[in-house]
Amino acid sequence: MTVTSEPDLQEHFDETIARERRIEPRDWMPDGYRATMIRQIAQHAHSEIIGMQPEGNWITRAPSLRRKAILLAKVQDEAGHGMYLYSAAETLGAGRGDLTGKLISGRQKYSSIFNYPTLSYADVGVIGWLVDGAAICNQVPLCRSSYGPYARAMIRICKEESFHQRQGYELLLTMMRGTRAQREMVQDAVNRFWWPSLMMFGPPDADSPNTAQSMRWGIKRHTNDELRQRFVDMSVPQAEKLGVTLPDPLLRWNEERGHYDFGPVDWDEFKSVIAGNGPCNTQRVARRKAAHDEGAWVREAALAHAAKHHSTERVRVSPEASS
Amino acid sequence: MTESSSDWPLFEVFLRGKRGLNHVHVGSLHAADPQMALRHARDLYTRRNEGVSIWVVAATDITASSPDEKDPFFAPSGDKVYRHPTFYEIPDDVPHM
Repeated sequence: MTVTSEPDLQEHFDETIARERRIEPRDWMPDGYRATMIRQIAQHAHSEIIGMQPEGNWITRAPSLRRKAILLAKVQDEAGHGMYLYSAAETLGAGRGDLTGKLISGRQKYSSIFNYPTLSYADVGVIGWLVDGAAICNQVPLCRSSYGPYARAMIRICKEESFHQRQGYELLLTMMRGTRAQREMVQDAVNRFWWPSLMMFGPPDADSPNTAQSMRWGIKRHTNDELRQRFVDMSVPQAEKLGVTLPDPLLRWNEERGHYDFGPVDWDEFKSVIAGNGPCNTQRVARRKAAHDEGAWVREAALAHAAKHHSTERVRVSPEASS
Repeated sequence: MTESSSDWPLFEVFLRGKRGLNHVHVGSLHAADPQMALRHARDLYTRRNEGVSIWVVAATDITASSPDEKDPFFAPSGDKVYRHPTFYEIPDDVPHM
């Protein structure tokens, strides 16, 4: 053993971070880093899982077989993303059942955006365009997170999110070429989702006390306000191309800054939704809890089946033979 | 790893991306038994033709080197520069070497 004492371990950890190398599961890490990573990854995983609900509601009402197949694939991806992320959290010592328990008991959070309802099929398009677009803005820098398993999960997720955003924008383009009623549905969805999408980047930098530590640890690469600005700058030309108006009278190009200026976000609404008072908080968590409770017998039966067959037909095949 | 008793066991998943490549570790998942782990691995890690072959291994069956003994464990290869071709000086005008 060459490194044993805490100061040595801390030094080795700091050096790994400073050299932009990755921290891997069995490395020593400060307790604060471990706890922060578990919280960050779990909250992200929960968001993917709860995020299946707003759009999942529309699978049976998709307007065509093509749209239905796309939406099914997308919602299945969200489940997959949740699974990648729970796996990453587990490498830090968190248990899967424990994480699910914390979600359904409200002890861990998920993204505030999923507490808004989806009122029309245009919402499916707007979620793909704006919500997944904002998620991509947030997530691309996380592909360089200092925690290896999280960074690797993010690379996989970002590849798949690109399909999500493009299918949404294409859906909206199609609706905008449709009837006047369809165009109004799109505009209405944009009006409802624009501001909540900006809230997805989290509170303004001045109210984000943990940002500095997270940046030092390499688990956050840009501040909330930087990412929010990047998202606004990306979205404005996309909205113009689509022919919709973003619901912000103060939105205008600032030549001096080289960015779009935009109006103040309603942070009281954000805090209220986070605190559990959004339009759908109760229903989202209740539905996740019901799915978990109603699936209990399946999980138990599968284990009983595995235990019964373990003793009778344990067949070992060497890797080479099976490959 | 804290695993509550109701959790299915953890399996590590390895994928062969295409013929000619090694299986590579891609992540993990929970399943009641190896057969279920294979099916879940297909659904979770090969939704876009990422693999032509999957291995699943119970996480408890893996023996790994300890990160704490990193230096001594790998030390034997550290001082054997003569195992690398660049250790040997050959005149520039010797062809094909």
